[in-house]
Amino acid sequence: MSDEIPPVEINADRLTPVGGGRPSAPVSLRSRLRSMRDKMGRLPKPVKIILMVFAALLAYALPIINPPILSTPDTDFGGVLFIVSVYVLVALGLNIVVGYAGLLDLGYVGFYAVGAYVVAVLTSQHASWPWLATIPIAVMVTMVTGVILGAPTLRVRGDYLAIVTLGFGEIIRLTAVNSDWLGAAAGVPKVGKPPSIELFTVPHLNWDSGVPLIDLHRETTALKFGVIDIVPYYWLVLTVVIIVLFGDMLIKDSRVGRAWEATREDEDAAELMGVPTFKFKLLAFAMGAFVGGLAGTMFAGRQGFVSPQSFPLLLSILFLAAVVVGGQGNRWGAVVGAIIVGYLPERFRGFEEWRVLIFGLALMILAIYRPQGILPPRRRAQARRLDQKLDELEGEEVAGV
Amino acid sequence: MSEQTPPAGTASAETERVLELDHVTLRFGGLTALDDVSFDIRRGEILGLIGPNGAGKTTCFNVMTGVYRPTSGEVKFLGESLLRKKRFQITKLGIARTFQNIRLFKSMTALENVQVGADAHHTTGVLSALFRLPKHRREEAEGNERAMELLGFMGLRDKADELAANLSYGDQRRLEIARAMATDPKLLCLDEPAAGFNPAEKAKLMELIRRVRDEGYTVLLIEHDMRLVMGVTDRIVVLEFGKKIAEGAPAEIRDNPAVIAAYLGVDEEDAS
Repeated sequence: MSDEIPPVEINADRLTPVGGGRPSAPVSLRSRLRSMRDKMGRLPKPVKIILMVFAALLAYALPIINPPILSTPDTDFGGVLFIVSVYVLVALGLNIVVGYAGLLDLGYVGFYAVGAYVVAVLTSQHASWPWLATIPIAVMVTMVTGVILGAPTLRVRGDYLAIVTLGFGEIIRLTAVNSDWLGAAAGVPKVGKPPSIELFTVPHLNWDSGVPLIDLHRETTALKFGVIDIVPYYWLVLTVVIIVLFGDMLIKDSRVGRAWEATREDEDAAELMGVPTFKFKLLAFAMGAFVGGLAGTMFAGRQGFVSPQSFPLLLSILFLAAVVVGGQGNRWGAVVGAIIVGYLPERFRGFEEWRVLIFGLALMILAIYRPQGILPPRRRAQARRLDQKLDELEGEEVAGV
Repeated sequence: MSEQTPPAGTASAETERVLELDHVTLRFGGLTALDDVSFDIRRGEILGLIGPNGAGKTTCFNVMTGVYRPTSGEVKFLGESLLRKKRFQITKLGIARTFQNIRLFKSMTALENVQVGADAHHTTGVLSALFRLPKHRREEAEGNERAMELLGFMGLRDKADELAANLSYGDQRRLEIARAMATDPKLLCLDEPAAGFNPAEKAKLMELIRRVRDEGYTVLLIEHDMRLVMGVTDRIVVLEFGKKIAEGAPAEIRDNPAVIAAYLGVDEEDAS
C-alpha cells in the first residue's frame, strides 16, 4: 500500500539524491553543525561515554585551566562559571515545563526564589539549620508550590497560562518584599553555606605571559565553601547538573516523557488516547519546580544573602531565552542556551553598558538564523530537514516546468 | 462472516451490547446536534454510522468518547454509564477512536505514537522511570512489542522510526488506527478513515477494517461512501439532522425510502 500516491508524500529515500546531488551547495555553518551532530550520533556507545566523561572532566577543570579568550578578563572566571552552571540547572528544569510538556511558563524565577528563601529562612532568619539539611525541605516546598500554582492554572492553555505564571513570579517577589517574616525588601543576610571538607589544594594556571604558568597566588582548596573562592561552588553545581541530566534522560525515555510530548503535540488527542493530560502537566510543573528550587538553594548557599532584588522578572525572561535559544525540548540545547545567556554578558563586561546591546544583537541574530534554537530536538530537526528537501524539490520542479 | 448476509450475531437477540445510546439529545444553545438518538453496538460487529454532512455523526463519536456531555439521555458502555467519566478514563474502559482530520503526535515517531496508545494501560511513573524499576522495564518491553506488532499489522513496520509528520497521507491514516488499537479497545471508532482515498485505496482499507474485526474488535465506522459501507458493515445506523432515521442490515437500508430520500438521492455525497 505504500506506493499509492496520496496528496502529500514525503519519501526520504526518493528525495535524498536530489538534495545530496547538488554540486553548488555551499557548506554553511549550519550544515557543518548538522553533520557534526550526525557523526556524533553514529559513534559507538563506549566512544560516546568516553567523550562524555572527557567533556565532564574538562568542565570540572575549566576554572583551574583558566583558558585565555574563554576566560573573563573583567570578572572572576570561577564566579562566572558558577552563575553559568546555575543557569544551566535552571534551564534544564524549565526545559521540562516548556520544552517537553509545552507549557509556557513566564514566572519560573518564582520557584528559584522559593528554593533560595527556604534555605535563607531555615539557616538564618528563623532557625540555624545546616545548609545541607534544608535542601530536601526547600525542594519539597518548591514542588508543593508548583502543584499549588499548577492545579488551578493548568486548566487554561497557551497565552493564558503564560500570563498567569507571569503573575506568579511577581507575586512571589512582592510577597518577599512585603513580608517582614521574610526579611522584607532588605532580604535575609548570613545564609548558611555548604559544609566544607578540605581535601586538597590546586593552583590555577596563569596565561599572562602567553604560556601557561602555575600561579601560586591563586589557588583553590577543594572543597572549601568560603566567601572568596567560588570554584568549589561551581564544582558542586556542576555535579548537581550532571545528576539532573541523567535523571532527565531516564524520565524522558519512558511513559512519562512520551505523555509529556503527546500532550504538547495535541492535548485533546492525547487525552483521548488515554493520557491523563492534567496529571502529567501537573507533574511537569512539579518536576520543573523541583529543579528550579534546587538551583535556588545553590544560589542562596553561594550568595550568603537573599533579597527580593535577586529575583526580578527579567530573570524569568532570561531563563526562557536560554531554553528557546538553545532549542526547546532538547536537554543539550537548554544547556547550550543557558551557557550563552549566562556567559556572553559576563564575557563582554569590558564593553560597559554596550554589553547588553551586544547580547541583544546576538539573540536577534540567533532568532533570525536559527529560529528553532541552536540545538533543536533531533527528531524535530529531522522533520525540518525533510521539509526543506521537499521545498527544494518543489522549487526545482517549478523551475523545470 | 460473509459481507453481504447479516452475520449470525445480528439475528440473535442475546448478543452482548457493547455500547448503548439511550435517547441521547445534545443541544448547543438553540442548535440541536443530536435529537433523541438511540442505538446500540453489539460485540464483534461492524456498525456503520452514515448520514449527510452535518447529520451529527462525529458529534455522536464525541458524545461516546466524552468530548461532549449529552444534554439528556444516557450512554452506557458494557452496562456502565459514561456520563461522569473523563475522556482518558473512557479510553481505559475500552473505547478508542481516530479523527476525521488526522491528529497524530507529529514530532514523535510512528512507533512512539503507537506506544502512547499502549501506555493507556500502563502506570509507570517518575520513580519507576528514574530508577529503571522492573515495572518500567516490563511495561516498556510490552508496549514496544505491542506497538511493533500493530505497526506490522498496518504494514508500517519499516516506518517505525519515521516521524509521524513525514509519513504519507495514507500511512498517517493507518497509523491513527494502529494508535487507537494500541489502547486495547473493546470498541474501535473510526471517523471517516478513508477520507481522501481513491477507490482502490478505500477498498484496501475496508479489507483491513474487516481484518481488524476478525481480530476480535468491535468496530463503529463513519463513512460517506455508500457502496463501501454496504460492503463492509453488518448493520447501519442512518442519521439526518441529528435524528436517527433508519437502522438495519445494509440490504434493508438500501431499500429504505427515507434513507433514499435523505441521502442516496443526493449526488454530492458521492463526491467525498
